[in-house]
Amino acid sequence: MEKLLQIKDLIVEFKTPGGLVQAVNGISYSVSGGDIVAIVGESGSGKSVSALTILGLVQTPPGRIVGGEILFDGTDLLSLDDQAIRDMRGQDIAMVFQEPMSALNPVLSIRRQLTEGMKLHLGLDKKQANARAVELLSMVGISDPVERLNQYPHQLSGGMRQRVMIAMALSCKPKLIIADEPTTALDVTIQAQVLSLMQDLCKKMNVALVLITHNLGIVARYAEWVNVMYAGRIVESGSARNLYANPSHPYTVGLLNSVPRLDQERGKPLEPIPGNPPDLSALGDGCAFAPRCRFATEKCHIEIPVLAVVDDEHRSACWEIEALQRENAA
Amino acid sequence: MSRFLVRRIFGALIVMFAVATLVFIMLRLVPGDPIAAMLYDAGDPDAVDEIRTKLGLDRPMYVQYGKWLWNAVQGDFGRSIYGSRVEVSRLLMEALPRTLSLASLSFIIAMVIAVPAGLIAATRRNSRADYAVTFVAFLGLSMPDFWLAILLIIAFAANLHWLPAIGYVPLAKGFWPWLSHLILPALAVGTAFSAIVARMIRSSMLEVLNTEYMRVARSKGLSERTLIMTHALPNALIPVVTVIGIAFALLMSGTVVVENVFAIKGLGRLLIQGILNRDYPVVQGTILVVSAIFVFSNLLVDVLYSIIDPRIRLQS
Ligand SMILES: Nc1ncnc2c1ncn2[C@@H]1O[C@H](COP(=O)(O)OP(=O)(O)OP(=O)(O)O)[C@@H](O)[C@H]1O
Ligand SMILES: [Mg+2]
Repeated sequence: MEKLLQIKDLIVEFKTPGGLVQAVNGISYSVSGGDIVAIVGESGSGKSVSALTILGLVQTPPGRIVGGEILFDGTDLLSLDDQAIRDMRGQDIAMVFQEPMSALNPVLSIRRQLTEGMKLHLGLDKKQANARAVELLSMVGISDPVERLNQYPHQLSGGMRQRVMIAMALSCKPKLIIADEPTTALDVTIQAQVLSLMQDLCKKMNVALVLITHNLGIVARYAEWVNVMYAGRIVESGSARNLYANPSHPYTVGLLNSVPRLDQERGKPLEPIPGNPPDLSALGDGCAFAPRCRFATEKCHIEIPVLAVVDDEHRSACWEIEALQRENAA
Repeated sequence: MSRFLVRRIFGALIVMFAVATLVFIMLRLVPGDPIAAMLYDAGDPDAVDEIRTKLGLDRPMYVQYGKWLWNAVQGDFGRSIYGSRVEVSRLLMEALPRTLSLASLSFIIAMVIAVPAGLIAATRRNSRADYAVTFVAFLGLSMPDFWLAILLIIAFAANLHWLPAIGYVPLAKGFWPWLSHLILPALAVGTAFSAIVARMIRSSMLEVLNTEYMRVARSKGLSERTLIMTHALPNALIPVVTVIGIAFALLMSGTVVVENVFAIKGLGRLLIQGILNRDYPVVQGTILVVSAIFVFSNLLVDVLYSIIDPRIRLQS
């Protein structure tokens, strides 16, 4: 089947005073129309950078896209000119960001921020855009939408702002929404509400969703596919069901043990992954996770593991996968 | 009207009252006898006493103060105690349009230069245009305005004969005569001001361009123009507006100096003459009017503020 989004061997780096930061080191994944794909990893693993690159939002310089392809409906987004990228933003691919408190412009009304994209991309006039804005706001569960339209961001709570962001992302009927940690800044109770809302709406409107998060526990309920990222690489990738049933990278196991899970008995202590994320300006040879890995052997420090098939629709990049699985079984 | 503005207007009135009181007290503390200054020959004590009584200067301080304040509120600042004893309010009415013309034109020139310059410098950061703006702004800031005024006169009046060198023509006598006399002094006053504002806009714009909401706006596919003009600029102007209010004082003091270079008989000239003559009423009146302009322009800044920023406008 033709994939909606296909990322191939994407490499992005940043020139910083501290040296060359290798933020994304050759990631490949794809998203089919209407699917929900999660990208999971600790802070600094390159999730945001890889997502921003899709929309051409990485600042160059200091950023540089060293190589790779991003195919969307068959066109390579990296080869588009400025105007073509602008036409695509919001219209084909929309984005929801992490910080609802700072993601809306404080001096512009909700109406203005919600309708400007529709006027631009859908060619709606003022009245049509207003009507659709009201519709969108009630769709994302905001009461008194007519009144809210005249308000300003500071008059809305964090959860409401994130709902406005979601309405904004959906407004131009995109085929894909990239949500970069859409709930990290929200209260736990509201997190689940917002995620369920996004899931519902995307399924209803047949919009694909790339859901970026650092909480592997949350993803289980919402995503069909999961890509686990570490130090700018995808280290494990698979259907959510298989990946949870049989986590096959020590980093994934670490992530699962460090967050509360619904499918596990209560009271099991959480174990954070020992050590710190690697310095991306000094990545050596070998597996970037090796210094923090219980299973690491000499080979792990010398040679970078490649993604290898684990089981159906499930791959992992680890040299010591057998040792890991023996322990899992025990 | 929002409570914010009501509060500000109330504050402005209090400031004006405080200024009036200070002006009154300070002038009485300054050494030197105005009556001695009035009379060529201060040797005749009877004459001195007579004038003192006539001017009410023999009465207790608080009576003088109360009377002065009451009259000032009604627009009566007394008469000049010097020369032909003209009413101070008349002197002020003559001088005020000149200074206001000069100050507003300076302000407009400064803004017309500063806003585009600051925007270009910020949006093309570290480009040649940015460096050029920085360099010119630095020049403009480090040049004293009277010196710039003289340079402008030499270049555009003395050599090129494009514009008149000195004097003032009221607006009633035609737009161009009025404007042509003001362009050079307004440039002299406005340059330093525009340099400050351009630098402010640049740095404030750079900050705004880095915010999350600009990234969000960009992700919606808006044009660069919409991004800069409707999403970034209003936010960038919020801190700038505050500084403009403060920098307006600089502009006013600039006009005092420059008015003298261009022989424009505005408030600046009036004030300096008044001080030299120890002409109490003139000095008091002028300072009051200048302070009123200042307080009023700050009030205007607050209004502007609340227009730009809904967080202030909608404050309950
Ligand atoms: N503009 C930039 N200049 C320099 N380095 C950058 C820039 N943007 C990102 N990086 C670096 O790229 C690396 C990956 O960053 P990224 O934001 O993608 O991480 P992330 O996985 O999204 O983490 P988080 O969970 O904290 O959002 C980080 O080391 C970061 O410092
Ligand atoms: Mg991120």
